[in-house]
Amino acid sequence: MTDTVTPGVAQRRELIAFRIGDQEFCVDIMSVREIRGWAPATPLPRTPSFVKGVINLRGAVLPIIDLGARLGLTTSEPTARHVIMVVHIGERTIGLLVDAVSDIINMSDDLVQPTPDVASDQVKTFVKGLFALEGRMVSLIALDRVLPETEAEAA
Amino acid sequence: MDPFESIKATFFQECDELLTDMESGLLAMEAGDDDSETINAVFRAVHSVKGGAGAFGLEELIRFAHIFETVLDEMRSDRLHLTDEVAKVLLRASDVLADHVAAARSAGSVDEGRTLGMIADLQGLIDQERAAELGLDGDGADDAADEDFGFVPIVLSLDEPAAEAPEVDLAALMAAAAEPADAAPQAATATPAWLVTFRPKAEMYAKANETALVLRELARLGEVEVVVDTTAVPPLDQLSAEQAYLSWTIRLLGPATESDVREVFEFVEDDCELTVRREGEAEAPSASLQAADDAESDASASAVEAAAAAPLDLDALLARVQGAPSPEAATPAPEPAPEPVQDAPKADPANMGVAGLIALAEQASLDHVQAAAPPKAEAKTDPKADARAERASAGGTATAATPTIRVDLDRVDRLINAVGELVIQQAMLSQRVFESGLARSSDVALGLEDLELLTREIQDSVMAIRAQPVKSVFQRMPRLVREVADMVGKKVRLVMDGENTEVDKTVIERLSDPITHMLRNASDHGLETPEEREAGGKGVEGVVRLAALHRGGRIVIEVQDDGRGINRPRVRGIAVTKGLIAEDAVLSDDEIDNLIFLPGFSTADVVSDISGRGVGMDVVKRSIQALGGRISITSEPGKGSKFSMSLPLTLAVLDGMVVSAADQTLVAPLSNIVESLTPRAEDVHLVGGRDAVIRIRDTFVPLIDVGMALGFRDEPLPPASGVAVLVESEGGGKAALLVEAIQGQRQVVIKSLEANYQHIHGVAAATILGDGRVALILDVDALVTTSRRKAPRIEKRMAV
Amino acid sequence: MNKTVLTIDDSRTMREMLNMALVQAGYRVIQAVDGVEGLEVLRAQGADVVITDINMPRMDGFGVIEGVRADPAHRATPILVLTTESDATKKERARAAGATGWIVKPFNPTKLVDAIRRVAA
Repeated sequence: MTDTVTPGVAQRRELIAFRIGDQEFCVDIMSVREIRGWAPATPLPRTPSFVKGVINLRGAVLPIIDLGARLGLTTSEPTARHVIMVVHIGERTIGLLVDAVSDIINMSDDLVQPTPDVASDQVKTFVKGLFALEGRMVSLIALDRVLPETEAEAA
Repeated sequence: MDPFESIKATFFQECDELLTDMESGLLAMEAGDDDSETINAVFRAVHSVKGGAGAFGLEELIRFAHIFETVLDEMRSDRLHLTDEVAKVLLRASDVLADHVAAARSAGSVDEGRTLGMIADLQGLIDQERAAELGLDGDGADDAADEDFGFVPIVLSLDEPAAEAPEVDLAALMAAAAEPADAAPQAATATPAWLVTFRPKAEMYAKANETALVLRELARLGEVEVVVDTTAVPPLDQLSAEQAYLSWTIRLLGPATESDVREVFEFVEDDCELTVRREGEAEAPSASLQAADDAESDASASAVEAAAAAPLDLDALLARVQGAPSPEAATPAPEPAPEPVQDAPKADPANMGVAGLIALAEQASLDHVQAAAPPKAEAKTDPKADARAERASAGGTATAATPTIRVDLDRVDRLINAVGELVIQQAMLSQRVFESGLARSSDVALGLEDLELLTREIQDSVMAIRAQPVKSVFQRMPRLVREVADMVGKKVRLVMDGENTEVDKTVIERLSDPITHMLRNASDHGLETPEEREAGGKGVEGVVRLAALHRGGRIVIEVQDDGRGINRPRVRGIAVTKGLIAEDAVLSDDEIDNLIFLPGFSTADVVSDISGRGVGMDVVKRSIQALGGRISITSEPGKGSKFSMSLPLTLAVLDGMVVSAADQTLVAPLSNIVESLTPRAEDVHLVGGRDAVIRIRDTFVPLIDVGMALGFRDEPLPPASGVAVLVESEGGGKAALLVEAIQGQRQVVIKSLEANYQHIHGVAAATILGDGRVALILDVDALVTTSRRKAPRIEKRMAV
Repeated sequence: MNKTVLTIDDSRTMREMLNMALVQAGYRVIQAVDGVEGLEVLRAQGADVVITDINMPRMDGFGVIEGVRADPAHRATPILVLTTESDATKKERARAAGATGWIVKPFNPTKLVDAIRRVAA
């Protein structure tokens, strides 16, 4: 499933684009393990509100991060229409709650532009860069920032 | 990974095993085992460490291992005898060796002073004369190491083939051999050719050396002309398979040095007569490795004369040795069959053709090695060898361990997880079947019972696969105790029991820290100084006993010392001073002893370097509780103390009580639970207007609203509408967890939250229930500790 | 066909080093962890060259040499012993027992292959 990127063409990559509200984001397809429908998560005590809880994915316990809430955009009350993108972040596997998957994009790295200063600090923390696609603006998510670091422990 | 790095990693891994073997051997020796195989095994371990270190150019490690090894070799050869003192020095040397290995692994450095002191101690075991002989005295130690390993560390280059393949060499060789005569005169004007005479003895062939291969190697050094002298070959009917008759003269052209030439003959030089000299130089006795007698000089001289006349067809010779027919071999090689021998009249070398002759002679030598008759073979071999080989293989059979297979741990883990799910499913199924109203005597119910037994059996068997003896943890402890003893100036003997007690791998990994702390504590605080012991009528050497045993489905680890015991008045005083107990608290001896586990308690007036490191018994206790374990202490003043910790046999599954709180399904570990009860409103009181306590018989304990404690709910649950689960957290007392309902007892599979998320206070882990949803497992101790921290001393004041 | 080298050494590190160098040079390698296993493997599978350590549990390198030389089927198999420079007496003992040659540890791959070529066609 993840073998779709041909070795040797490092400058091109495939991205999965998804929507949160009216904004479009994407992550490298190589980090995405699977996409599944929303199922109720078991809430975790004393966690930031963007941590929806944990689910069972074939025997593994995965935390679900509401990406919209993480980016400070919206806090969605998940429904069956929402999807969870299961992604690898380093050694960890987590689920990202998003509104819908919109596209698979094959693009070149040099089209990515740095996040402009007008963006809020919160967005800049999680967005690696931007690029234009058929008139739309798509933000590349920095997955390694998505998990709470010390926030949860402080909470 | 770079293969070289990967081998280096293997080396360090192997070092760990070798160091472990070495230490167990040394401990056996300390206990008086002077069996030669024990000493040998220790020697081999040190030797292997040195060998690997040599390959990686780890100079410091090599140097120390060399000295250590030399001393052990003295023991192997009975020149040094095992005494208690020797054993202790060797044990300390093993610690220093372990330090060197660790330093080499992390590219760090070792304590130079300690190393030098150790070297001096090792040298001290051997008398000075002998030490000088071995090069172990003073600076000689360095020389000895240099002599052994005074080369540039070997760097394996993997980018290109380590050497040309043999076949390639052969082709080059054949090309070189094809035109011997032409090149010779030109080269000769520059540098005189080497003249090598080579007369193999029978012994050479007995060792599977081959003339042809030696000559082939020589041909790699330059252009060669080879002449065979067959004058010693007797008539064929007198040929003996045991003898070597041929001698060879080789004229070698090219830049090779004498040592290059001699190196080719390195393996055979003692089994042949060999001379190497420059053409035109008189054969000096010194040039010949073996003093050449006149006859040989004559022989080689005549061979040299013959050289020009009959250059040898080396291709044919090589082809013959390799068993392939040579296209250039004009004269067919006589077969070793009887016919040629019978047909051949008196062998006339002049008429036979050189290639044929060589083939014949070589065949004789091949026959000699490969086809000698069995009786002769036995006559030639040391008769003891067979006996020894037999003994060795008999010994091999006797010591052969139970057959084992290596399995990737991941596979075992997957199997254990799957079986865990099976256990859950089976339990859920049973529950649903009974809920459906089926009679317990029905066929379905009986079948389910059988299924349950079978499931448990499978689970036990699967868990046994991953079970390991606690030995791997125990064997690190003697060193620890030795070091603590050295540091605090006490004499300590560590006795270990039950090293083969098995426990799940998940538990093994977590045992080390608590055991380390308890042993440090026992050696540092528990035992008296030698003077105090003597004054108290005890032996100067304190005894610390570390034991493992199975009890009640758990593993129990005991650390017992024969020291001073807990000083109860002092402990009590400290607890009062630190505000841990009320001044007038009435405590039993046991309760006082267990005060040392309270957070913030430390019996040492000065936090010593040993037990200190900022860690008290409270931390030890916490880490044990985190594993679902308990720890307690019993003590007798003047006689000693015993710490007992018990742990579940596995961290993979847990017996739990499934409860609901704030609409969540949660699991409380059964090991924490004392009882459950329905609270009556009149038993619940608020202390300070907000912290609830509940009276259970004569005791007040904190009542913890689990839903609120976890932040799932803001409004407290009316106690009377819920269930109180009385839990015990070791030494820290009891508390009641208020939940909405109890769903039942169940064995659950423990799933880590940290694997994909992070630790959450109050939650020990997660599990997956029969409906596929995740349920959290409560960290009862954390919940209780938090509530106690909020309301210090409540319990004690309330205690009646 | 590639020549087969049987390596006998109780040290995993040494076996891996030998393996790496030999495979690199185009040999096929089979391994044994001590003398007893070494002789068993030799009898079962045969080998063109045997490389053996000296110090090993169960059966040492001398045992291997004696065992091979006493076995009519394999007595002509060349045997190289792994020694260290300081082991002069061991080298002598190994030769007396019938070792074909020796490799001084630590070896470099070129020397190793040279030594094999000197004893195996």
